[in-house]
Amino acid sequence: MNALEFPRPVERRLLTPGVGVLLALIAVGFCVAVYRFIFGLAAATNLDQEHPWGLWIAIDVATGVALAAGGFTTAALVYVFHRESFHAVARPALLTAMLGYTFVGIGLMADLGRYYNIWHPAWPTMWQGNSVLFEVGMCVMCYLTVLYIEFLPIVCERFMNDERRPRLARACRATHRAAERTMFLFILAGVMLSCLHQSSLGNLMVIAPSKMHPLWYTPILSLLFLLSAIAVGFPMVIVESLYASWSLGLKPELDLLRRLARPASVLLGVYLAFKLGDLLIREEYRHTTEGTAQAALFAVEMVFGVVIPFVMLLVVNERTSGRWLVSAALLVVLGVALNRVNVFLVAYQPPYATRSYFPSAAEFAVTAGLIALLMLLYRVTVTHFPVISQPVGATKP
Amino acid sequence: MALDRREFLRSVATVGAAAAGLGEASQSAEGSTARTNPNFLGVLMDIPNCIGCRKCEFACQQVAGFEVPPIETFDDKSVFDTHRRPHPRSYTTVNRFPNPIDPQRPIYVKANCLHCNDPACASACLVGAFKKEPNGAVTYDAWKCMGCRYCMVACPFQIPTYEYDNALTPEVRKCMFCFDKIMSEGGAPACVRICPNDALVFGKRDELVAIAHERIRSRPDTYVDHVYGEHEAGGTSWLYLSSVPFEQIGFVRLGSLAPPRLTETVQQGIFKMFMPPLALYGLLGLVMWLTKKDEERPTSPPAVPADSAATSDNGRARAMDYRRTHAPPRTTHPTREDEVSEVRP
Repeated sequence: MNALEFPRPVERRLLTPGVGVLLALIAVGFCVAVYRFIFGLAAATNLDQEHPWGLWIAIDVATGVALAAGGFTTAALVYVFHRESFHAVARPALLTAMLGYTFVGIGLMADLGRYYNIWHPAWPTMWQGNSVLFEVGMCVMCYLTVLYIEFLPIVCERFMNDERRPRLARACRATHRAAERTMFLFILAGVMLSCLHQSSLGNLMVIAPSKMHPLWYTPILSLLFLLSAIAVGFPMVIVESLYASWSLGLKPELDLLRRLARPASVLLGVYLAFKLGDLLIREEYRHTTEGTAQAALFAVEMVFGVVIPFVMLLVVNERTSGRWLVSAALLVVLGVALNRVNVFLVAYQPPYATRSYFPSAAEFAVTAGLIALLMLLYRVTVTHFPVISQPVGATKP
Repeated sequence: MALDRREFLRSVATVGAAAAGLGEASQSAEGSTARTNPNFLGVLMDIPNCIGCRKCEFACQQVAGFEVPPIETFDDKSVFDTHRRPHPRSYTTVNRFPNPIDPQRPIYVKANCLHCNDPACASACLVGAFKKEPNGAVTYDAWKCMGCRYCMVACPFQIPTYEYDNALTPEVRKCMFCFDKIMSEGGAPACVRICPNDALVFGKRDELVAIAHERIRSRPDTYVDHVYGEHEAGGTSWLYLSSVPFEQIGFVRLGSLAPPRLTETVQQGIFKMFMPPLALYGLLGLVMWLTKKDEERPTSPPAVPADSAATSDNGRARAMDYRRTHAPPRTTHPTREDEVSEVRP
C-alpha cells in the first residue's frame, strides 16, 4: 500500500476543553498586559534599577527565538541538504517559527518602555551598527519577513482551487508559482539570517563581563548560542509534532521523527563538547562545586538539559517508543530554555545588587498568555491551511 | 561528482572552524586607552577632600530641573546609613564608608556617570540614543530611545537608571555632565561648582591624569598609587584618588579593556563588508545545488502524475498540485537511505 501523505487542513472542531484552558490563559494575559500599558512597568513587573531585564526578555524573546530554531534547521535539512523524506516536518516547523518570531515581537512590545518606537532600528538615521542588539533586531525583522514569504505558498494552496472565488484562486496560483520559483533564495536567506541572529543573541551579554557569572560568561557565548539553537531545532520539531498529533488526534509521524533523533544527538553532542571545552579552557569549572544557586542551576542545565537527553537520543532506534523520544526531546527543549534564563537572568549579577530578581505574577501571566495564544493560533492555522501531512483519502474522525 | 562533493564539504568544515575561532582570536585586541581624545573634559575627585556635605546632590537636582527640597535637608546625615545609588530623580549620590586608617574621619564617595572614553551604553544602544560628545560627555536622547534598557545591562558601573513608573514616556536617566550648560555657558558641571572643599577638580582629562599622578607623587602617604578611571573599562572622564584601596569604598574592580571592544570585534568580524554573511549565503546555495538530485534540476520540470487530472476530489487535486511543485513524496516506509525513498511509487 502506498498511501501518499500530503499537507492538508486538519478537520477538527475548534472548541475543546484544552482550547478553553488556552482561552482562559489568553484572557488573563490580555488583561494583565492592558494593566501594564496603562500603569507602566513598575506596577506590573519586578524589574528595578539593578535588574533591567526580566522574564519577558529571557523567555518571550531569548527562549522564543531559540525554540523557533526548528524552522531554519528543518529548512536547511529539507531544502538545502535535500533530505526530502523529512518534508512532512518542514511545514509544521515553519509555522512554529513564524508564530514564534511573531510572538517575540509582541512579547518585546510589552517589555519596551517606549514600545511605540519599536520601528526606530529600521530607520536609517538611527542605525547603530556597532550595537549587538541592532544586529539582532535587524536580523529578526528580516527573518520574520522571510518566514511570512515562506509561508505564502501554504496560504495560496488553501485558495488556489477555490471555485467559488475564481479571481482569488487565479491570484493565488500566480503567487504560488512565483513563490515556488524564487523560494530557494528566501530559504537560503532564512538559514543565513538565523545563523546570524541566533549567535548574536549570545553576543548580547558579552558586553557585560564584570556582571556575568563565570560559569556562563565566555567570549564565545555567541558560538554556544548558535550551536544550542541548532541542537534544539530537531528536538523542538519532535516535541511539537508529537504534541500536535496527540492534541489533534492524528497518527504520530513516529518513523520520521525517530530518524531525526540521530542528527539531533550529534548536534547536541557538538554543543556539549564546545560547552565543556569552553569551561575547561577558561578553567572556571571550579565554580561548579561552589554550592550556590548558580552552580546548582548550571548543573541542572548541563545534566538534565544536555547530557541525559544526549544519551537518550543516541540510543533511539526504530523500536523506540514515542514516549521515550518525546521525553528526550523535551529535555533538550527545557535545557535550552533554562540556558537562556540562566544567561540572561541567573548569571546576571550587578555590582551593587541589594536584592535578587524574581518575576512578578503579572510577568508570568503575560508570558503564559502569549504562549497560549501561540498554541491557539497554531491549532487554528493547521485546521484551515495545509500544514500537517496526512494520508490522502483519510476520512474525517 | 561524489568526490567533488566530499572535498567541498571538507572545505566547508574548514571555513566554519575558522569563523568559529574568529571570536576567540579577536579577544586579545588592545584598546585600553586607544579611544582617548585631548579634547575630552573630565573631573578628578580627590576622595580624602570630600566632607560628605551632599551639596553636589542639591546642585545636580537643581540643574536637572527636579523639584528640589531646601538645601538644609541635604545636611541630613542619616541617609548615609544605607548605600544609595543614583536613581531617576538624582543623578549623583554621596555614600559614606568606614575609614580603616582613621575611624574618626569616614570616607565619602560621590557616585555618578563616569563618562567612559569608550562607553558600553553607547555601543549597546541599537538606535544611537547615547552619544560620546566631542568634549567627552556621554549624552542621551530620549526621543530616539525605545526603552529596551540594554544600556543598563551593558554599563559596568551600574549607572543608567530607568523611569519604570512612567507608563507612557519613560526615560533612561543619568548624569549628562551638564552637557548643555557647558556647551552654551562654559564652565564646570554644577556639582563641581558648588563643591566647597575642592574635592572635585574640573579640566581636560589628560591634564587631570597628570595632576592625579602628581598628587600621588607629592603625598604618597595620603593616596594609594592608583588613579581609578585612568584605565578602568578603557578609561573614564571621571577620575578618582583615594587613601584606601578602591575595592573597600564601593568601586568595581575592572580591567582596562573597554567592554565594547569585546562585542564589537566579534560583531565586526561577522559583518566585515558583509562578506561573511554573503559567503555563508553562497555556501548554503552551493550545498543546495550540489546535493540536488539530477532529475530535480529546474531545467527539466518533474513529470506530472497522469492520475492527477483524473480526480475531481478537491483535497486530492490540491495534494497533487502540491506534489507537482514540490519534491517527490515519500513512501509510507521510509528507510535511512533517502535514495530509496525517492523511488516513485
